[in-house]
Amino acid sequence: MLNAKRTASALAIVAVSATAASARDQVQVAGSSTVLPYASIVAEAFGENTDYPTPVIESGGSSAGLKRFCQGVGEEHTDVANASRKIREKELAACAENGVTDIIEVRIGYDGIVFASQISGPDYSAFTPSDIFNALAPKVIVDGALVDNPHTQWADFNGDLPATDILAFIPGTKHGTREVFEEKVVATGCEATGAKAAMIAGGMSEDDAEDACLEVRTDGRSVDIDGDYTETLASINANANGIGVFGLAFYENNTDKLKVATMSDVAPSTETIASGEYPVSRPLYFYIKKAHIGVIPGLKEYAQFFISNELAGPDGPLATYGLVSDPELDVVQYIVASEETMK
Amino acid sequence: MTDANLDKPAAAVPASRSLLNGDERTKKREAAEKRFQYYGMAAICTGLFFLVVLTVSIVRSGLPAFTNAVVAVDFSLSQEEFDAAEGQLFKTKAYQGLFNTALQNKLTEAGIDVAFDDKAIERILGKTGGTIREYFRENTDDIGSPVMFELAASSRVDGYFKGRVTRDTLVDSRFLELNDLDIVDAMAEAGVLKTAFNWNFITGADSGVDNPGGAGIGASVVGSFFMMLVVLFLSLPIGVAASIYLEEFAPQNRFTDLIEVNISNLAAVPSIVFGILGLAVFIQFMHLPQSAPLVGGLVLALMTLPTIIISTRASLQAVPPSIRDAALGVGASKMQAVFHHVLPLAMPGILTGTIIGLAQALGETAPLLLIGMVGFVARGYPDGLIAGFTDPNSAMPAQIYTWASRADVGFYEKAWGGIIVLLIFLLTMNTIAIILRRRFERRW
Repeated sequence: MLNAKRTASALAIVAVSATAASARDQVQVAGSSTVLPYASIVAEAFGENTDYPTPVIESGGSSAGLKRFCQGVGEEHTDVANASRKIREKELAACAENGVTDIIEVRIGYDGIVFASQISGPDYSAFTPSDIFNALAPKVIVDGALVDNPHTQWADFNGDLPATDILAFIPGTKHGTREVFEEKVVATGCEATGAKAAMIAGGMSEDDAEDACLEVRTDGRSVDIDGDYTETLASINANANGIGVFGLAFYENNTDKLKVATMSDVAPSTETIASGEYPVSRPLYFYIKKAHIGVIPGLKEYAQFFISNELAGPDGPLATYGLVSDPELDVVQYIVASEETMK
Repeated sequence: MTDANLDKPAAAVPASRSLLNGDERTKKREAAEKRFQYYGMAAICTGLFFLVVLTVSIVRSGLPAFTNAVVAVDFSLSQEEFDAAEGQLFKTKAYQGLFNTALQNKLTEAGIDVAFDDKAIERILGKTGGTIREYFRENTDDIGSPVMFELAASSRVDGYFKGRVTRDTLVDSRFLELNDLDIVDAMAEAGVLKTAFNWNFITGADSGVDNPGGAGIGASVVGSFFMMLVVLFLSLPIGVAASIYLEEFAPQNRFTDLIEVNISNLAAVPSIVFGILGLAVFIQFMHLPQSAPLVGGLVLALMTLPTIIISTRASLQAVPPSIRDAALGVGASKMQAVFHHVLPLAMPGILTGTIIGLAQALGETAPLLLIGMVGFVARGYPDGLIAGFTDPNSAMPAQIYTWASRADVGFYEKAWGGIIVLLIFLLTMNTIAIILRRRFERRW
């Protein structure tokens, strides 16, 4: 017993003293679960192709990742934050407060957001932003008046859609995807159906109306998914009538289980997203702490490797997995090479 | 019952009472007892049924992870090709290209009469460059001579061999096209493509999301092992010391009462709370490395402590006071009585508590989420003992969780395979504990 105790304390002391001396030698990344797959592809290749250790990539959502990123400068904080949306003013302010001032913004490419349902489920084949708004908003326009959403079936407001119960699984608020979903689908639908105009006519200010437009109904027909797309997929599998919001790459990996709907008559694909025809797409980013370049070995090399033509270009493994590569990749490469920080 | 019997007049009792022929009431009581036994058996059967269902479904879903479809061909690399590939930024891609060309030539030689092109070969093969580069960098003498490579095929081809993907369900995509299956069939017939035991799954590390064929759980088994070492060597001595003091030496007062209540409360704290604590104290305050099994172990040790303290105190209490009295009576000091007599007798109970605590810690993912051990942590094996504690690594449950959330179905299968490995690890741990307990067991 005593012996065991002695070894235990000796071990603990050795371990603790060893770590105090050695600096972190791997790049530490956290953030968006949409960017995670791409980052993991790059990280694996980075470990295989260079003599730097494989970076550690954590997920948890864009907001959570940026929050950790902004906690301070130093080895104990992350070097890179992945995000499926642009960093917000508020987050930049929080960063600055903790001494994280020089941030390099890197756009890695584009990703589409698709609406998909069970492959053997009802025939959801064509949506418009107005359909989604009518189905999911708490207040909609019926017969020219703004009323509490009375719709229970898709066919209630659009005869072309099947007469099945409305049930949608949308990304939770900690996901960057949610913001794009709100901005590109719900807000557009709000304007297109005239609900926003009706709200302003009803005495709301422009800003309030914009915020009110983004709300979703809370009667259980719209379900927030806080996990990742596999959770959405599981929910879809359990609910034949459900539609879910997925990333294009995830859908393409599961075409045997999911069927996708067009948005405003455009089918999602890397081509339609690259050309800008498909309306619901967003750029993906990662943010680098400039203060860590030169301190954490391999940080700049990792960033440059990520956006090199060989990886992020149209023939690279990221595009093969489903990323729509950035037509202005050379600009991004210049930003990283010259370590140009955000203004 | 007995009181009621006494109240009754003696005449009411039938005269012909015998122990051999039971009366109505005895029969009723015996029937009740039989019924109770049946309930018990039914409960056990239900438990067994669920255990069997669980085991069968785990084994059925997990076994495919232990085999995979591989492309087996001789491949030789010339010095020029090696130098050219090493000169590029994306070296592994260059190696993959060379291997694909070699394979294509081999297929043409073998007279496979199905039309194929570069792209098709790329879709059928998995990611091979990493393995090839690693091999030739380590064995530079082999450059120029043919080497037999067994490299994993792509996820969908692997699925085709295992029946997960069929010609009916396959949808043409850039991952695999229906026509490619003709080539796959021809390659299988020629013996180039076959199913083999997947050693890499047991020994390897995690891989990128586009490379399920290269994913292995070995590195995270090592991570879990080092975490368990930290948990064992911290929580067992501290837990046992604390409970011996509380049980045998500490005075009974309000302060010790407060400590006791709080230990019980600590046992009920959700594990994620310990993760937040770990992030704030160990990483951000004490500057211990992120994603390291050392920090994971520290966090889990905190979580395990209450379990060990509670079970140790219970087993110390179970040692009869006569043992202590006898020891003290022959002149032993209090400490001698405890360490020579009480503790050895309490040891089996302490071990049971420890193994329950360790098993709980082994399966825990939530606290690891916050200290960076969940995600893509694809380090290979640590270089040494200290590196094992401080280098970033994942843990088995974290690895399983990560795989289960990936888009490619190939990873889902790996997650089930990972569960089997985790269960085997747990069983081994338990077996060791049981053997130790047997050796310590004393009867009095």
